[in-house]
Amino acid sequence: MSDKSEKIDERLSVFKTYKLYVGGKFPRSESGRVYEVTDSKGKWLANAPLSSRKDARDAVVAARKAFGGWSGATAYNRGQILYRIAEMLEGRREQFVREVADAEGLSKSKAAAQVDAAIDRWVWYAGWTDKIAQVVGGGNPVAGPFFNLSSPEPTGVVAVLAPQESSFLGLVSVIAPVIATGNTAVVVASERSPLPALSLGEVLATSDLPGGVVNVLSGRTAEIAAPLAAHQDVNAIDLAGAGEVLAKELEISAADNLKRTLRPQAVDNWSATPGTERMTAFLETKTVWHPTGSLGASGSSY
Amino acid sequence: MPTTAPAHSLSDVTASDSTLRRFLHGLPGVDAVGLEARAASLGTRSIKTTAKAYAIDLAISMVDLTTLEGADTPGKVRALGAKAVHPDPTDRTTPMTAAVCVYPDMVTVAKEAVAGSDVKVASVATAFPAGRTALDVKLADVREAVAAGADEIDMVIDRGAFLAGRYLKVYDEITAVKEACGGARLKVIFETGELSTYDNIRRASWLGMLAGADFIKTSTGKVAVNATPANTLLMLEAVRDFRAQTGVQVGVKPAGGIRTSKDAIKFLVLVNETAGEDWLDNHWFRFGASSLLNDLLMQRQKLATGRYSGPDYVTVD
Repeated sequence: MSDKSEKIDERLSVFKTYKLYVGGKFPRSESGRVYEVTDSKGKWLANAPLSSRKDARDAVVAARKAFGGWSGATAYNRGQILYRIAEMLEGRREQFVREVADAEGLSKSKAAAQVDAAIDRWVWYAGWTDKIAQVVGGGNPVAGPFFNLSSPEPTGVVAVLAPQESSFLGLVSVIAPVIATGNTAVVVASERSPLPALSLGEVLATSDLPGGVVNVLSGRTAEIAAPLAAHQDVNAIDLAGAGEVLAKELEISAADNLKRTLRPQAVDNWSATPGTERMTAFLETKTVWHPTGSLGASGSSY
Repeated sequence: MPTTAPAHSLSDVTASDSTLRRFLHGLPGVDAVGLEARAASLGTRSIKTTAKAYAIDLAISMVDLTTLEGADTPGKVRALGAKAVHPDPTDRTTPMTAAVCVYPDMVTVAKEAVAGSDVKVASVATAFPAGRTALDVKLADVREAVAAGADEIDMVIDRGAFLAGRYLKVYDEITAVKEACGGARLKVIFETGELSTYDNIRRASWLGMLAGADFIKTSTGKVAVNATPANTLLMLEAVRDFRAQTGVQVGVKPAGGIRTSKDAIKFLVLVNETAGEDWLDNHWFRFGASSLLNDLLMQRQKLATGRYSGPDYVTVD
C-alpha cells in the first residue's frame, strides 16, 4: 500500500522541446531534423533542431524584414529594449544557471558567475546604444563654409557564428554589440551546447525586441554557415565560432559580395570588459557635408 | 475527372435574361471544402532542380508586368518596358515577360518601350478598377486604348449588375467591349474578391466565356482578396469544361497577391493538373504581377550560382 502511494507522488517531469527562434516565432527546423545534445560528461540533455540551409535562408529574410524598423528606432529606444532583456534574464536566472552548468560542466557558482556577467553585458551595451555615435562619429573640421558630419550607420544583416566554448556569456557578448547599433542578426548557436542560446530566444521574444532582429539557429555550424557566408543579402559575418579552416573557407565565399568579416579572435576571458571593437566592426561611417550659410561680416553665420 | 459542364447545348442560353439566369444557376454548385482541399494538395508538389528551372523560366515568360498606380509616370512605364524585354540584364538567357500592363494613357509610352520585341502591351480599360461608369464611357476608354496600340484589353465586369442578378446586362457589356476591341485580345476581370461565393465565380466564368472573352482574369489587385489557388483552380476547371463543350480555348490570368516563385510554381501545377499542358503557354496563362518577377529572378540567380541572391541584385520598381 505504501509502495503505491509513493509511486503516485513520483511525478513525471515534462521535457522541453527546444525550438529555433526565427522572425519572432519558434519554428522547428524546416528539415524536421534534430540532434542529440549532451552535457559535458556525455549524458543526454535534450534534442535540438538541426537546421538546414533553408532555415538559414528564412532567417535572413526575417532579419532583412526587421532591419528597417530596428535600425530606424531611436538609439534611446534600442537601449531601453536591451535593458529590458537584462531584466527578463534576471527573472529566469536559475534556468540559465542550470543550462550553462550542464552545457559547460561548471559548478553552480561558476555557472552563476557566467550568467550574471552575461546579464551585466546586456546592461553595458544598453548604455552604449546612444553613446557610440558620439565616440566614433562627430563633426570634422574642414576648410570651407560647411558642416562636415560623420555618423555611424548599422551595416545591415549580420550573420553571427556564436563562440563554441562559452555557450552563454560568449553568445551574449557577440549578439549584443551587433544589435545595439541597429543591425539585425542571424545567430548560429554553439554546435555542442545550443540550449542556452535557444532559451535566450524565449527571453528575447518577451523583451519588446521586434521579431526578426535576432534569429537563433542550432545545428552543424559548418552546414548553416556556408549558405550564410555566400548569401548575397547578408551584409556582414562574425566568424567567432568558426575553426581556422572553416573561417578561411567562409571568408572566401563572403568576399563575393564584399561582406564585412570579423575574423575569429582568441578570447581567454569573456567576462573582461569588451570595449567597443565588436560594435564598430559592424558600423559604417556616413559623412555628410552641409553648407553653413553665408558668412556675416564677423566671419560667422550665427 | 468530374465535369462541371452543363448537359444541354449552349446555343440558346443568351437569348434572354431568364434563359441566361436559368443556365447560370443550373451550373452545378461548387464543393467549397473539396475545392480548397484539392488546391491545397496540389500546392504540396515538390518541384526541384531542372523542373524548377523550367517552371521559373515558364513563369517569367507568363508575367504580365503590371503598374497600375495613380503615380505612374512615363519614366516608370519606360523602365517597366525595359525590364519586360530584359528582365535580368546580367543574364541574357532569361526569357522576356509576356506583356506589360498599364493604364490606357500610358499605352503609347509602353508601346515605344517594348518596340521591336515580342512583349505585348496590355491596357486596363472600362473604368478600371471599379467599372462604375456608363457603357459609352467604357467603350470610349477601350477604343482609345486600342487606337493607341494596345494588344490586349483587360476589362472589369459590372459587379453591381452581376450581384443583382442582371446577367444579361453584364453579358451585353462584355460583347460590346469585345466588339470595340477589334483585333486586341480581351481579358475579363471578375474581381473574385467581390463576388462572395465560389458559385458566383463559376457563374461569372461561364458568363464571360459565353460573351467571347479570350481570357478570364481573377481580380484587379485593388481589393483585399485577389488570386487564390482555389479560385484559380475553379476558373481553370471552367475553361477546361468550356473547351470540352464548345471547342473554344480560353486563357486564365490570376492577378494580385502572387509574390513568390513558390506561389507561382503552385499555380503552374494547378494549370497542368486541371486544364492540361495546352494551357502551359503564355498565350493561355498569365500572371498579373509586379513584385513576383523580382522573386523569380532571384530564384533563377540562385539556381545558376548556387548562392542565395538578395533584393540588391534586382531592380527596384
